[in-house]
Amino acid sequence: MADKTFYNEVLTDHNMHPLHKHALECPDLVMEGVNPSCGDEISLQLKVEDGVIRDGSFVGEGCAISQASADIMLDMVIGKTVEEARELSGIFLRMIQGQATPEELERLEEAGALEDISHMPARVKCAVLGWHTLDEALGKA
Amino acid sequence: MDKQSDLRKYREDFPLLAEWDLAYLDNAATTQKPRQVLEAVRRYYEAENANPLRGVYELSAVATQVYEDARALTAEFIHAAQPEEIVFTRNATESLNLVAYSWGGANLHPGDRVLVSVLEHHSNFLPWKAVAERTGAEIVQIPCTPEGEITEELLRSVLTPQTKLVAVTQVSNVMGRKNDLKKLAKVAHEAGALLMADGAQSVPHMAVDVQDLGVDFLAFSGHKMLAPMGIGALYGRKELLDAMPPFLTGGEMIEIVHWDRVKYAQVPHKFEAGTVNAGGAAGLAAAIRYLQEIGFDRIEAQEQRLTCLAMEGLKQIPGIRIIGSARPEDHMGIVTFMVEDVHPHDVASILDRDGIAIRAGHHCAQPLMDYLGVNSTCRASFAFYNTEEEVEKFLASVGKIRGLMGYGG
Ligand SMILES: Cc1ncc(COP(=O)(O)O)c(C=O)c1O
Repeated sequence: MADKTFYNEVLTDHNMHPLHKHALECPDLVMEGVNPSCGDEISLQLKVEDGVIRDGSFVGEGCAISQASADIMLDMVIGKTVEEARELSGIFLRMIQGQATPEELERLEEAGALEDISHMPARVKCAVLGWHTLDEALGKA
Repeated sequence: MDKQSDLRKYREDFPLLAEWDLAYLDNAATTQKPRQVLEAVRRYYEAENANPLRGVYELSAVATQVYEDARALTAEFIHAAQPEEIVFTRNATESLNLVAYSWGGANLHPGDRVLVSVLEHHSNFLPWKAVAERTGAEIVQIPCTPEGEITEELLRSVLTPQTKLVAVTQVSNVMGRKNDLKKLAKVAHEAGALLMADGAQSVPHMAVDVQDLGVDFLAFSGHKMLAPMGIGALYGRKELLDAMPPFLTGGEMIEIVHWDRVKYAQVPHKFEAGTVNAGGAAGLAAAIRYLQEIGFDRIEAQEQRLTCLAMEGLKQIPGIRIIGSARPEDHMGIVTFMVEDVHPHDVASILDRDGIAIRAGHHCAQPLMDYLGVNSTCRASFAFYNTEEEVEKFLASVGKIRGLMGYGG
């Protein structure tokens, strides 16, 4: 009853007021991600130039965890190189598995707010949906 | 009317409820097991176990006796005319598949119709869809009222002389509403069709009399009525079962097998290929005895009391929508709801953090979700061992959710 941190302000804020939830004009990369258990669906849209993610957005529907996580992710990866984004994705997945080091956690900035999901096995898929979709999209870059 | 304390003492029979500090409100998914059931399974394996129906020695006869006694008790429990009308299966899903494959495979032809209600769990929909595809028959949806009932009129609206079977649940696992199977069976029979009833959500919670209802088949699962997982039953009228071909073939379902000549066993063994789940059957028998000792009048009264409390409480919380009828009497211990703006999985996760287990999702009834125009919903479902305090705890937690997610009030 005590520990409520995983529905914290960072998460609810990104869920209610997502900065990046809209369609992008002329994206270079579009990748669909679905999580059948919650019915979460996102379409991730990216502009990538010279190995750098210049812009990104998503559209979709789903639970608060999936939507907020995708929004936080875009905050972090826009402006980063593809390589850096892949690295952050790896750290995020390790965090969700409870295996990230403190130094790694620091690099995750706001995404660290989702750390508690590692104790909610049923919801892990929601938290990683955005990141998995990003990995898949960048695999094609 | 019973005092709540009358049923309280039964709660102590459930070891899991003592082990977990949890308001377990997902009884429509599966129930917890009382000590008496666990004991019966244990006794079977400690003192009665051999391969039933096979050995010549005394111990095998004991195992057979336990298994067949469970069948007789199950028959009596749902008022079947004879024990041979009970086929043991793994669960309701297997029972429904048995009828669809065996009866459907032998009796459905191109142009025939199977009517499937929109309320059905995937387990009473997909087997019919599959057999329809194989045989060229057509499956047609029976709509429901906004309260979640299949009425005679709605059944009649899609019933044609080509209709061979009507598949309908006695209680919807989403709407919680009870269908009047007696009337529906009569309407189906007048049109020359059979009625396949899904009793998965009714048999655990109310007295069911298959002869009085006049249904031709009834499927249910042990695990939703205090018994172990892995044992379920199919009731079928004897003459129908007699005429049906086997479902699975193999050991224990034959009389004579030669390379060029096979004679199958009589029902029910014809449908029980392979080594049976005698331990599970012993557990099911203990579960039935346990339910009979409490009595369905008291079980229904307590479940109705909890349903009433939950629904009245939910109605006081802003932003809550209850699916189906607004009247608690129309809900057999099942209350499905949505919290405005909040995804059902987020609702369930927040409740879980507060020590309350409910179900969130499509409840294996996606055609019904489409019909209702929702993606998924939350469901609280009660058993007689749940308490008023658990419902209060549930309501308090639900009441906080919108605020917690940033939606004022
Ligand atoms: C109405 C209904 N029918 C069938 C089933 C399937 O039961 P089982 O999974 O035990 O086969 C369920 C359980 O989820 C149900 O609620």
